[in-house]
Amino acid sequence: MTGERLELIKQKLSSFSVEYQDVNGTACIVTTTDKILEICTLLKDDTELGYDMLLDEVGMDNFTKSARFEVICNLYSTIFKDRLFLKVIIPDPKNPVTPSLAHIWKSADWYEREVYDMFGIIYENHPDLRRVYMPDEFEYFPLRKDFPTMGIPGSISLPNK
Amino acid sequence: MPHTKYEQLQANDPEIRRTKILEALETKDLSVEFTDPLENEMVLNMGPQHPATHGVLRILISLDGETVMKAVPEVGYLHRGYEKLAEAMTYHEFIPHTDRLDYLQPIHNNVAYAMAVEKLLHLEITERGKYIRTICSELGRIQSHLISFGTYVMDIGALTPFLWAMREREKILDIYDLITGVRFTTSYTRIGGVAQDITDEAISGIKKFLDEFPKYLKEMRDIVERNKIFIVRTEGIGYLSKEELINLGITGPLLRAAGVERDLRKEEPYLLYDKLDFNIPVYPESDCLSRYYIRVEEMIESAKIIRQCLEKIPEGPYNTLNPKKVLPKKERVYSKMEELIHDFMLINFGVNPPKGESYFAVESSKGELGFYIKSDGSGHPFRLKIRSPSFSNIQSLSYIMKNCMISDTVVIIGSIDPVMGEADK
Repeated sequence: MTGERLELIKQKLSSFSVEYQDVNGTACIVTTTDKILEICTLLKDDTELGYDMLLDEVGMDNFTKSARFEVICNLYSTIFKDRLFLKVIIPDPKNPVTPSLAHIWKSADWYEREVYDMFGIIYENHPDLRRVYMPDEFEYFPLRKDFPTMGIPGSISLPNK
Repeated sequence: MPHTKYEQLQANDPEIRRTKILEALETKDLSVEFTDPLENEMVLNMGPQHPATHGVLRILISLDGETVMKAVPEVGYLHRGYEKLAEAMTYHEFIPHTDRLDYLQPIHNNVAYAMAVEKLLHLEITERGKYIRTICSELGRIQSHLISFGTYVMDIGALTPFLWAMREREKILDIYDLITGVRFTTSYTRIGGVAQDITDEAISGIKKFLDEFPKYLKEMRDIVERNKIFIVRTEGIGYLSKEELINLGITGPLLRAAGVERDLRKEEPYLLYDKLDFNIPVYPESDCLSRYYIRVEEMIESAKIIRQCLEKIPEGPYNTLNPKKVLPKKERVYSKMEELIHDFMLINFGVNPPKGESYFAVESSKGELGFYIKSDGSGHPFRLKIRSPSFSNIQSLSYIMKNCMISDTVVIIGSIDPVMGEADK
């Protein structure tokens, strides 16, 4: 990303309370869940920004007392050929809830299902929030840091015969 | 009594009808009759053990006659939890696991992962190492596209090109045997370079393969592309608009078949791709036939890239000289004290990248294959996220399959070319 583009993003997002980070050479916007839908709509629909692709959502469990969970969106603009990360910090570790982006980018549908499956982050207004990898009756969220790597014996019921 | 149930089934509300039918099925009540059997949609379960799903993909298809009204793909039958496992092993230990992601081109995953870790470490690799990795990843692309080509035409009904494609792939596996010592799960790269140097024997093997490959590829193409059944079954099938594909986060040949020239080899060049001369095939039709052409032409371009690399490959070390990060040669570990210490530290404690996050992606044969790594300064990744192209591409199935015929579903799956090892992680 060039410096000019970062300045443009800063100028466009000046009305929101966001911070900027550098993820090893790629710009990253850090924000909380409050204004996330407005920010995403702006990033996608603004003709000068044009982040029309959501390539991935990375769930992260920092295992800290406050701001334990965060979700990193991997945005890409096919027009300007530019990548941008958007880090959403989820404030409440006991009840991690964030608005769903599936109505802005359709690809968010499965990515959010995956993050829900692995971290238990609840997405509001998601069209179809089910587990994507683990069985539906599984009770735990495996990629949380308090889930043991060896698994929990008996958590997945085996077939009877 | 049956009379009242019959009346309830006549109810206009489809929800009531549905619950009544389910009730009758559960209690095995045979007295319930359907008024019009053609009015009801049929739900067909395809997979996970269906040969045309290329692995363990399951698709629930709701049918009206032969038309697909809705398709819901389900993944997770090959979920091994690699992202969790990665958090409990050192960066080197995870390399063999990357083979099992996209098992049709293991060597490409090795390159992608090693480069992601090197980006986190800010480690520059040697010139010869870059050439070796470029050659390997392009061989991987040809290998993967050959399988894709073969199984795709086999799903349509042509068995011969499949056998020919497998024969060509076998030659690539033999080349892997010469380069890496292993035919299939290569685990070839190491952080800072590769496991062993590429020998002259391997180079002459690649040259021999490249000399014959265009002839055999033309043979395969001739039998497929002039076949009327193939064209009728693929042309105009599986259309999805460019905007929709972008919105769905689709990458790779699917997106290029819709007229979007997005290839990370050109847009975010890594390895040597900014110095090499090659084209990105783009077709505007966005149907199954153009996806086929993209893959076939990419194979020709890959062969071109390998040829250029073989001409220019320089002499020199294949591993970076950085003993704290790069594994030493085995024979030196057995005889030299210094190397033994470094080997011990690297194996037991890992490479310890600085604190921070990093993302690196390559253009694999299916699309953007990326690794998002967060390091807390220890030898294990704090979090390793695999951005697998197949996972995103499978998501598009429900949109592409809508309103197509049931016989086209296998063609559409073949044109997407999913690999479940990668989609399920």
